[in-house]
Amino acid sequence: MLENFHDFFIAPFSDYLFLRRALVACLSLSLGCGPVGVLLVLRRMSLMGDALAHAILPGAALGFLIGGLSLPAMGLGGFIAGLLVATMGGAMSRMTILNEDASFAGFYLISLAVGVLIVSTQGSQVDLMHVLFGTILAVDTLSLILVAMIATLTLIALAMIYRPLLLECFDPGFLRSVGGRGGVYHFSFLILVALNLVAAFQALGTLMALGMMMLPAVSARLWARHVWSLFAASSIFALVSGYFGLLLSYHVGWPSGPSIIFIAGLIYIFLLVFGKFGSLQQKRIYA
Amino acid sequence: MGVRNMGAVEQDTKLHGPHCIPDTFWGKVGWSLQRAFGAYQHDITVPLKDIKINVNNLSVSYGSQRILKDISCQFLPKDMVAIVGPNGGGKSTFLKALLGIQQNITGDIKYSGVCPYDVAYLAQHNQLDRRFPLTVGDVVSLGLFKQVGLFKSVNKEQQNDIMRALEKVGMPGSLETPLQALSGGQFQRVLFARLILQDSPIIFLDEPFTGVDTQTTKDLMELVQEWHGEGRMIIGVLHDMDLVQEHFPKTLLLARKPIGWGKTSEVLTKDNLIESIRAARNWEMLETTHA
Repeated sequence: MLENFHDFFIAPFSDYLFLRRALVACLSLSLGCGPVGVLLVLRRMSLMGDALAHAILPGAALGFLIGGLSLPAMGLGGFIAGLLVATMGGAMSRMTILNEDASFAGFYLISLAVGVLIVSTQGSQVDLMHVLFGTILAVDTLSLILVAMIATLTLIALAMIYRPLLLECFDPGFLRSVGGRGGVYHFSFLILVALNLVAAFQALGTLMALGMMMLPAVSARLWARHVWSLFAASSIFALVSGYFGLLLSYHVGWPSGPSIIFIAGLIYIFLLVFGKFGSLQQKRIYA
Repeated sequence: MGVRNMGAVEQDTKLHGPHCIPDTFWGKVGWSLQRAFGAYQHDITVPLKDIKINVNNLSVSYGSQRILKDISCQFLPKDMVAIVGPNGGGKSTFLKALLGIQQNITGDIKYSGVCPYDVAYLAQHNQLDRRFPLTVGDVVSLGLFKQVGLFKSVNKEQQNDIMRALEKVGMPGSLETPLQALSGGQFQRVLFARLILQDSPIIFLDEPFTGVDTQTTKDLMELVQEWHGEGRMIIGVLHDMDLVQEHFPKTLLLARKPIGWGKTSEVLTKDNLIESIRAARNWEMLETTHA
């Protein structure tokens, strides 16, 4: 019995270096993406996150052309492209008749198309699959360090802008009346979102990078009701999804990225029904 | 709660304009850092009787449209002013302009004795997200933002202040209650507790009693009266004319331009009210033909 347990849950990781690396990558990702995802949900910026995630593709593709399948090159390209689309989308919605959701949708569809075009004309079909769905099993030491650095930076930065960032979404008028500048915090937060999407991009690809942020975060919303416990719950859900997703992928032979998001999705659906706060079961209490 | 530590002023002239941030680059950096670390000190106490706001030819435009035109008035110490007028008449905009957080203003707003950042401002509560995962204690402690800044925690004494403020607004022991569990009236009481902690010489209230039950309105109005008695300046946007006539000595009637300003009984005349409604009908018609 115990032997079986060991074989099933631990042996894959103790036997294979690439699985251990993938697990550590998941741990770093969940530390950074957990809190950022919660803030994304609280600030009602899920759509902005979607746009950013897709916008990373053409930048990453350009990085791929120059540096091949290396996370630093693709990451830097993706980061710049993501921020560009985020600022352009925001600017366009202010300058034209289009609402923010429409203008973002326009921009991210364009960037998705351009990205796929670049990768498929310049690289192979395999490369395209890597870019779209990620290669968490191929994480090398350099990428691992980069992902861990992003997680560290994210946590430190969030600790610094925590109060004004929350205040800016709860009561922006109050923040401005005490002399805080909402725009500064908003933009710093955008940078953090872009950074974490770049980190998740390696593991899960453009199409699902946001999954590591959004699914644990919305699950946490159904499970906790303080901001700090939301952060913790979100990170834990992300880590659990990462661990079981990798196990699933190893035992059943499914692709790793989608398996991780699949587990995160299962947690979400379970909590939608049985969550402690505001779930289908509890709806009446806090409606 | 007593009046203490009112606005810091070294030289009156430095405080003019809607932002009393120092002019020089390093001054600005220092000012921001001081605020971030909660080290913003009120080192000189200004008597409440020296606090004034002068508004001179204030206009606000939105695109090509003027949503406020040519307001000139002076708010004196101990003033308790109601701002009334039809919807879309620029009442909230006027408050925001006074705070210096409204864009596209022309004209002049001069604070003497204090800074716009010394104003305690209560935004319309339907603009706040009541499902936000904060507790009552979290929201009330925001009133200490100037003292604690971005990093400091709330000390024992401040914790007691928070509890006392909650008792005062009739919500003792609700420190850990999540916002989601509050009714509209209770939520407004919590926001008033935050105002108590801000302990400001000037208080702006934007529709404080809209969508709030009668008992809460009565209790909170008593609190506003108490602040008035302590000599604070109070400017509130209100809809309930009975409340205005009963409690507010001065009124500003706004319909994108000032229609009346002065003693409440002289401003809220039939003629003035009819004129404001007519003005509202005019701009509504203009806007529907444009759209």
